Amino acid sequence: MATRMLVALTLIAAALTFTACGEEAASTGTATAPASASPSAVTASPTTREVSPVLPVTVDDRDGNSVTIRDVSRLVILNGDITEVVYALGLGEQVVGVDTSATYPPEARAKQSIGYQARLNAEGVLALTPTLVIGDEGAGPPEVIEQIRSTGVPVLILPDAVTIDDISTKITAVATALGVPGRGAELAAQTRREIDSATDLVRRATSKPTVSFLYLRGSATQMMGGKGTRADSLIEAAGGVDAGVRAGIDDYKPITPEALVTASPDVILVMDAGLESIGGVDGLLAIPGMAETPAGKARRVVHFDDQYLLGFGPRTGQLLIELVRALHPELAQTN
Amino acid sequence: MRLVSRPNGATWGAWAAIRPRVALYPMLGGLLVVALLLNVGMGAVQIAPDQVVAILLDRLGIHAGIDFTVQQENVLWSIRLPRVALAMIVGAGLAMSGAALQGIFRNPLADPGLIGVSSGAAVGAIALIILGTAPLGWASQPLAAFAGALAITLGVYVLSRNGGRTEVVTLVLTGVAMNAIAGSAIGLMNFVATDAQLRNIVFWTMGGLGGATWDVVLPVGLFSCLGMVGLWRHARALNLLVLGEREAYHLGVSTERVRLRVIAFATLVAGCAVAASGIVGFVGLVVPHLLRLIAGPDHRTLLPASALGGATLVLGADLVARTVVMPAELPLGIVTALAGGPYFLWLLRRTRAAQGGWA
Repeated sequence: MATRMLVALTLIAAALTFTACGEEAASTGTATAPASASPSAVTASPTTREVSPVLPVTVDDRDGNSVTIRDVSRLVILNGDITEVVYALGLGEQVVGVDTSATYPPEARAKQSIGYQARLNAEGVLALTPTLVIGDEGAGPPEVIEQIRSTGVPVLILPDAVTIDDISTKITAVATALGVPGRGAELAAQTRREIDSATDLVRRATSKPTVSFLYLRGSATQMMGGKGTRADSLIEAAGGVDAGVRAGIDDYKPITPEALVTASPDVILVMDAGLESIGGVDGLLAIPGMAETPAGKARRVVHFDDQYLLGFGPRTGQLLIELVRALHPELAQTN
Repeated sequence: MRLVSRPNGATWGAWAAIRPRVALYPMLGGLLVVALLLNVGMGAVQIAPDQVVAILLDRLGIHAGIDFTVQQENVLWSIRLPRVALAMIVGAGLAMSGAALQGIFRNPLADPGLIGVSSGAAVGAIALIILGTAPLGWASQPLAAFAGALAITLGVYVLSRNGGRTEVVTLVLTGVAMNAIAGSAIGLMNFVATDAQLRNIVFWTMGGLGGATWDVVLPVGLFSCLGMVGLWRHARALNLLVLGEREAYHLGVSTERVRLRVIAFATLVAGCAVAASGIVGFVGLVVPHLLRLIAGPDHRTLLPASALGGATLVLGADLVARTVVMPAELPLGIVTALAGGPYFLWLLRRTRAAQGGWA
């Protein structure tokens, strides 16, 4: 019973966090908080929210292998993106290991680290005696994933979320695998509602700024995002035009002054850590060609926490709303 | 510098003659066994020595009456043993091909990395990732690495050869240039790679032995052993070549054919190592030099001794790589370069002091 309470409380905490900022997505059951451990509160939500995971489940992974999951009491999560979803599903207590990209929620950082997602070590993961190893395509090397699988531990590798529509698919997939499809459906629906409200907001916008997403890691790595990136689909959804696509960029390519001028962005979108790594907005404006762009002249730089911006998890709806407001200042006047 | 004894006596050959050579193989073998046992026994998952024995016996159908968990058995059999096997194959291969290349080029600086074997193998392996095919199944990756390595190494050899011999400086500079060309080819492939390919390239380039599975170890081990046997069969010819090309020719060695064969075998062996583990530096340089100091310049001893020594060194380095930051791990190349670099500097200083330098 104690663990049930704990799960329920975590769930409520998660629900509170996610409803707090989403304006049109209220009334997800926060009112029933004290009683939600009882079945009556569960039936209050539109879908059936599991009190505890219902197992076993059999799901297909990215490569079409079927994976049977019998126990989710010890989870090792290979990517920060999936970690965020697992916590939002209220299963943070069951997590025993995360990779170094797991920065959200903050309590995930206290878990045992298994190293960086792209440089995993099979024994390090197995030493945590996981009952399920779950991650997305960012996890590797592939041989290490294969090694872990070969020891008989269930390993579930899910496809990456690239477009905004993939987010609810990802949430649903994680929730199904963990035996909490009801919680997943609810979280996915809520995320979708928040994304929809961002879309509604975009409809009221009158401007259509050109936005360039820059991936920065000091002076050595400076890339511009283009077609097929997560940043591209965010910019589209927020009612902007992706400057990288206009400059003919596929994926991420190094920034050149000419590409910047061709792209001619009105707004620069960056991640907090990236902006910090080049010395803030002044450092950003020092990138050759930047000062000549409309964004450089107006010093229009929009920045968000790395995982918040590109995590493509349950918080993306809130992020989008913030991004829409940042890209369309005219919305503030009409409100 | 020459690898043969000089009349004045202050050389590796004479130095080694003082030592009882009989003890060489037991010593190297003993070190290898110690390294092997440490590697098998240590790791993030605890497996006691008696449990290791019990698990191995269990595979043979003998129940030793010592308890072990399924997890321990799986970790030992699917992760640790293939990794240990790969460490030995890679270490033995790099060191042996280094020893052979130093002989064939009559140059102490020749090392699989320096003359482009490693970067050539990288070009081959990465090209395969970009093309997204594996036309020859499990043999594709080692063979692609071999083809790339052979192309670059032959390029270095042909371009740095002048009048039947290779000058140290010319060889080093040709190697630098060819490595630069290979590096730019790799850079170009990185540039055109899709996201998924880039990920695979990065996994591969970072190297290390973490990806060892029996599926990788068996083909790489097979080709590598073929190459090592091939090298060993040329030990006598290598000894004669070290005397000088003309001398070797008059002693009945078909010098050109031997050179090409040794380069091909050394490239196959080192290419296999690079295909399986990425670029692991310094093993091919440091191990043969160390063993020349101990065992003398005779390739009939030097080649197998280098293989044993290289296997031991890489086992040791990998043990450090995977245990110091447990449960994560360090790239293996960092550890070998950190151990090999200072040793090489010391060797350089010492040789300089003893005989006035290598040039």
